Amino acid sequence: MAVGNPNRAKAESGIIRWIDDRFPLTQMWQDHMSKYYASKNFNVWYVFGVLSLLVLVNQILTGVWLTMSYVPTAEGAFASVEYIMRDVEMGWIIRYMHSSGASAFFVVVYLHMFRGLMYGSYQKPRELIWLFGMAIYLALMAEGFFGYLLPWGQMSYWGAQVILSLAGAIPVVGEDLVQWIRGDFLISGITLNRFFSLHVIALPIVILALVVLHILALHDVGSNNPDGIEIDQNKDENGVPVDGVAFWPYHVVKDLVAVGVFLTVFCLVIFFFPEGGGYFIEKPNYEPANSLKTPEHIAPVWYFTPYYSMLRAITFPLFGLDAKFLGVVTMGGAIAILFVMPWLDRSPVKSMRYKGWLSRAWLAIFVVSFIILGYLGTLATTEGRTQVAQLCTVLYFLYFILMPFYTRIEVTKPVPTRVV
Amino acid sequence: MSNEGVNNPRRRVLVGASLVMGAVGTASALVPFVASWSPSAKAKAAGAPVKADISKLEPGQQIVVAWRGKPVWIVRRSAEAMANLVTLDDSLADPASAVSKQPAYIPGTAARSLRDEVVVLIGLCTHLGCSPTYRPEVVPTDFDANWQGGFYCPCHGSTFDLSGRVYKGKPAPTNLEIPPHFYESDAVILIGEDGVNT
Repeated sequence: MAVGNPNRAKAESGIIRWIDDRFPLTQMWQDHMSKYYASKNFNVWYVFGVLSLLVLVNQILTGVWLTMSYVPTAEGAFASVEYIMRDVEMGWIIRYMHSSGASAFFVVVYLHMFRGLMYGSYQKPRELIWLFGMAIYLALMAEGFFGYLLPWGQMSYWGAQVILSLAGAIPVVGEDLVQWIRGDFLISGITLNRFFSLHVIALPIVILALVVLHILALHDVGSNNPDGIEIDQNKDENGVPVDGVAFWPYHVVKDLVAVGVFLTVFCLVIFFFPEGGGYFIEKPNYEPANSLKTPEHIAPVWYFTPYYSMLRAITFPLFGLDAKFLGVVTMGGAIAILFVMPWLDRSPVKSMRYKGWLSRAWLAIFVVSFIILGYLGTLATTEGRTQVAQLCTVLYFLYFILMPFYTRIEVTKPVPTRVV
Repeated sequence: MSNEGVNNPRRRVLVGASLVMGAVGTASALVPFVASWSPSAKAKAAGAPVKADISKLEPGQQIVVAWRGKPVWIVRRSAEAMANLVTLDDSLADPASAVSKQPAYIPGTAARSLRDEVVVLIGLCTHLGCSPTYRPEVVPTDFDANWQGGFYCPCHGSTFDLSGRVYKGKPAPTNLEIPPHFYESDAVILIGEDGVNT
């Protein structure tokens, strides 16, 4: 009895044919590699998706190895990380690959997201790709947060204390919720244990599943390109997009160049700047967690600092809500608003190449605000810095809130029908 | 199989009832998973009261003891500091501790203490739970040019006076919390329990 798609592609003979009769191996290879056509005009911005996948593999591999020597208890965690660094054969490099990998992950993901904003890759029909991607981003932030507690240093401890306290700002249930998450009256070994479990089991499974959905959705509707032209509109007699190039081997070979460049930079960091000047591994984290003393200056790891800045920027009550709760709402809103991007952009064109100057100016304002917020988030607050952060927070939100208007009123350039 | 003579309303009721029972079962199955995250019996037992000896605490000094893993500060304030505290009301967000957390037997005065100059506070900022630093000296600082002595939170810049009362316009919404405590003797404070003062 025939099962599955009777018309699916099969190899002529041999072991592959044997598999094809039982599993759609050749069909899958064609769908996702040899007959997946992506536009021929991809530029450098299109390598960060593949690089994200590479870093994900790096994180999983090094993570599995770290787990072999790590002790997830309040008594043993800090010492076990030092044990990995000093006594485990090549342990230091595996740990640095993992800790620098976390930062590298956010570098490539932020660039990947910026590419999407620039070329309108979230627009119809790619809304679900964007939503799955945002879900990955959210899961990654959770993964990074849970992972940062594990070395059980001072910054691990107080960083987690601050972020967990955010939930405490929720009216009525907040305090009980925080206690439920911690499993104790204060962050303790109990909290460390459950964060370890979430970091090494629950979230990696969620992230892997979301990555599969992200790629399946992408391969169903096809990749966007820097011109925002749907290459499926122009097919030759064999049904192959005339402006498309097969992912295997052409895009793969191009991506391998990017992988080479990336690994060169990544190795430079691991070998010579593994702490990233205090941005990848912060200095107070070389001191074991002490629940009685907060370090002089605490800041989250760099990839959280833009949102952290927004949290700190809200210093005033409004509408009868206190500043603390409003700060949390602002922070949550800043992430949540990214999810609705596909429905805020009303432009008839996808790419910045054909959008008007308003879209370009706002994207620039958004990026600059995000970077300034990120920088301020690493510093202690002063009155002046708080005012700058407040301004940047407003600009960050205006980029989204005004988008339905400026994308509709601006004059766009005509989009060519073919990729040049 | 034929669909003729099928009693559709009965089928709908059965499907609906099965779905409801399935949902109830699933919800019930979640209970142990949710419950297991609450503080364990061991964690609760470790939250027992602690004692602090204040006989050697000089004016201006602070000691820190751990109760439920949290830092609890005991500060003996100087006479000048006590006199200064009552003048600060206008710059504080909640000078009488009306909305702040403290046991009913702690007066809503500037001193916020059972025995005038000795104040007992949970040393965690009411904003996001960092432990503020003790800055008792009355000198201009980088965070306040007119600093009157108190506590400064390094995380988000909240400032508190020497009674743990929060200054206006800071991210912390309320004054530092005061834990349940009482004097077991003149020299010993028991923290974590209400009791009869000696």
